[in-house]
Amino acid sequence: MPKQQANWSPYDNNGGSCVAVSGADYCVIAADTRMSTGYNILTRDYSKICKLADKCVMASSGFQADVKALQKHLAARHLVPLKIQIYQHQHNKQMSCPAMAQLLSNTLYYKRFFPYYSFNVLGGLDNEGKGCVFTYDAVGSYEKVGYSSQGSGSTLIMPFLDNQLKSPSPLLLPVQDAVTPLAEAEAVDLVKTVFASASERDIYTGDKLEIVVINADGIRREHMDLRKD
Amino acid sequence: MKFDTSGLESAAPVWGAPSELVDGFSAAPSFEVPNTTDFDGFQKEAIQMVKPAKGTTTLAFIFKEGVIVAADSRASMGGYISSQSVKKIIEINPYMLGTMAGGAADCQFWHRNLGIKCRLHELANKRRISVTGASKLLANILYSYRGMGLSVGTMIAGWDETGPGLYYVDSEGGRLKGMRFSVGSGSPYAYGVLDNGYRYDMSVEEAAELARRAIYHATFRDGASGGVASVYFVGPSGWKKLSGDDVGELHYQYYPVMPSTVEQEMVEAAGA
Repeated sequence: MPKQQANWSPYDNNGGSCVAVSGADYCVIAADTRMSTGYNILTRDYSKICKLADKCVMASSGFQADVKALQKHLAARHLVPLKIQIYQHQHNKQMSCPAMAQLLSNTLYYKRFFPYYSFNVLGGLDNEGKGCVFTYDAVGSYEKVGYSSQGSGSTLIMPFLDNQLKSPSPLLLPVQDAVTPLAEAEAVDLVKTVFASASERDIYTGDKLEIVVINADGIRREHMDLRKD
Repeated sequence: MKFDTSGLESAAPVWGAPSELVDGFSAAPSFEVPNTTDFDGFQKEAIQMVKPAKGTTTLAFIFKEGVIVAADSRASMGGYISSQSVKKIIEINPYMLGTMAGGAADCQFWHRNLGIKCRLHELANKRRISVTGASKLLANILYSYRGMGLSVGTMIAGWDETGPGLYYVDSEGGRLKGMRFSVGSGSPYAYGVLDNGYRYDMSVEEAAELARRAIYHATFRDGASGGVASVYFVGPSGWKKLSGDDVGELHYQYYPVMPSTVEQEMVEAAGA
């Protein structure tokens, strides 16, 4: 009898898309709320967004069980409530978004040989109050960008964001800023438009859109209905 | 299986609540390994799912004045360009650079880890680490993970007491000392230009221009390379970024559009 291969995979893809856009003094993070497996919809009301710190929010698509485990890992290691407090006591300041970005990268890399199947986008304000977005792959490589999208709809969303928001590369000399020149309201509108279009052409994106806006006044949430088909 | 986690020790941040602060530092971060009968097959599948960004052109060479290091900035996942602005030249410390080719996360993580180890060496020995030493540290770590699926093809370039140094280190455990290297999917194209134009006694500007051209030609022919061509110089006082040019614009600098001579102009049809 030929050798039998395992036909069980520890991974699944629950679909969905996430987007983050940063501005001079704000950051918009959004994700749809549909959770699917194969051709089935498991629920229309699942949040992919998680608050990591006062001014730092993460949106993740991919395998939601791994996403949940990652969020729990960050919390259970007292990284979110307690570690932030440790950091605060040691350094006398809140954990900034860039610091959190490095932390998330290391957390993902420590599972390099059994990865979290989670595609993350981190958004927030840095210590000076400027918006920042960090985009990750599943094993922790990350980059600070002006905007990003991850998930099943990202190949549809990214080109549109490039068209509207593309700014000069940070690698050019002399250095030019990578921050979106839009106003906050325009950025929120753009994100809504982007998800409306993505829902038309990606079967895994739809139902409802959850938007989180971080600015100097704090964190604000908004919802918008998307196509349910 | 026992893994050499010494690579992680210095990277361990202050973990957890005070009650956990025992001597568990070296035990704290260790790589979990899945419980399968077929580790290799699982890694191959996992990597397929994750499809880490690779496909790149990087190069470095030693010449009379020091070391030139150059790279493109494209990251691709299969056929999708995941980023056009990846930093592939990593600043390990003010006098040493590392290049990134292969898995982006692997390169980022282990270069950062190397930077930490180099700093610890400085503090422990009251002198800077040599390029030989730094490359050996990295090569030893990568060798201990040999066969586990790490994908790293890097060059360590720097200036130490013995002068300019350049080493190629990869995830198979290889470590080579040399004068000229190019790594990545675009490297054959870069070698063509680099080997043709190389002379030991070039000026810094000439050497930078050679590197820039080599990267440009590689991005022209290799679909997995593109973005911005960055060029760095490492001299006795450390590294300095010389240029960062969009390769699309470099194309029109090297091959400007010539207005073609018009032999006969079409005359507008008069009335009728």
